[in-house]
Amino acid sequence: MQITSLKKQKKELADAKRQLEILSNGIFNNNELPTFATKIKAAGQFPLRPKKLEILQINLGYMCNQVCEHCHVDAGPDRKEIMTKETLQQCLEVIKNTPATTLDLTGGAPEMNPHFRWFVEEASKLGIKDFIVRSNLTIIRANKKYYDLPDFFKKYHIHVVSSMPHWTRGKTDQQRGKGVFDKSIKALHELNSVGYGKPGSPLKLDLVYNPSGAFLPGNQESMEKEFKNALMEDFGIQFHQLFAITNLPIARFLDYLIASDNYEEYMYSLVEAFNASTLQNVMCTNTLSVGWDGYLYDCDFNQMLKLKVASKLKHISEYNEEVVQNRNIIVSQHCYGCTAGAGSSCQGTVA
Amino acid sequence: MADKSYYDPKDLRKFGKITEWSEELGTKFFDYYGKVFEEGALSAREKSLIALAVSHVVKCPYCIDAYTKDGLQRGITKEEMMEAVHAGAAIESGATLVHGVQMMNKYDKLSM
Repeated sequence: MQITSLKKQKKELADAKRQLEILSNGIFNNNELPTFATKIKAAGQFPLRPKKLEILQINLGYMCNQVCEHCHVDAGPDRKEIMTKETLQQCLEVIKNTPATTLDLTGGAPEMNPHFRWFVEEASKLGIKDFIVRSNLTIIRANKKYYDLPDFFKKYHIHVVSSMPHWTRGKTDQQRGKGVFDKSIKALHELNSVGYGKPGSPLKLDLVYNPSGAFLPGNQESMEKEFKNALMEDFGIQFHQLFAITNLPIARFLDYLIASDNYEEYMYSLVEAFNASTLQNVMCTNTLSVGWDGYLYDCDFNQMLKLKVASKLKHISEYNEEVVQNRNIIVSQHCYGCTAGAGSSCQGTVA
Repeated sequence: MADKSYYDPKDLRKFGKITEWSEELGTKFFDYYGKVFEEGALSAREKSLIALAVSHVVKCPYCIDAYTKDGLQRGITKEEMMEAVHAGAAIESGATLVHGVQMMNKYDKLSM
């Protein structure tokens, strides 16, 4: 397991430009594989355009208590990029006026932003239909000051979405770090005990599954059944839905693919699994991603690649939905990750 | 070195091309193959483990790559995969050893 971010290690792949170069060179430059733009042109879907905005996803900062091997954010304890109160205030103004029905807080560990609780309290007054916090689970057990998070989430009717790469200790710890599995199980017990994840409970608890290696996720429905049976039988844990998410070839996962000599094979798998019907619902068409510094992106992945929206308005402080929605979505070869098989988004499959 | 070897991992990607030289038979094969691995009386997961075991028995490196990856995608654990390989290996060694009876019969017949 890595103990510091690529940025801290000053690794080549901490640089977004270098990542984009790698994704455009080699097999995509010698016509071995078609670029994503070529592929969606053939499907009559280029340029990709946003539809009605449904989800506003805000990245509260790249600081995290974990350093996961596959992290597309390159998050970790050493990352200092944190959204300021001023920018959070600007987000609140936008939430007040947007017709988007889902607010999705992510990070890093969003709970580590010092203004997190204030922001949740303020945002929850604005009548959001679905208020998501992407919690890595271990944060709940990381420090005494986070122990009451399950109650806090319950108080504001937060929809908790948490990562869980496998129902076995070995696979989970391999991807997310030693001890992560046991802490996650404890956190899930605590969420269950306040009412989260129970059948029929309005306190929604969903899990995210990312493959722990250079392979694509299996059928979401089958995986959900396996997760539910195993977590119930072994630990008495309940949850609502499982979202199977494909690892996109950027940041730490790209670094892993190259270092393990799996890059080409993985890209072949993604391209071979390209499914044009996913293009109708890929998340960049209904989501807008706000970076820790207030800049706007088509998705969290484009944010990490520093590809700001192709609009004359690029910052939350100057937000105008009509102007921002009238744009072309920026694509590169990492986008194949969202269109493989049944597709992939922060809400799971899309096809 | 790839051009000096009978097996090149990249050739697996070209498997579909066998249809180019015999479209009817190739298409029939791939239709059949696809159908076999769908959910049925056996789950697709169970069939994946059977395929992995058989891949080892027929010693097909392409199949081993393909069904190891398939197993990972389905969340099959390494313990389950190794047990499947042992099931295949046990049948294969049993098939050798059961011929020992033939040897014993012949030995007895030829001996006074």
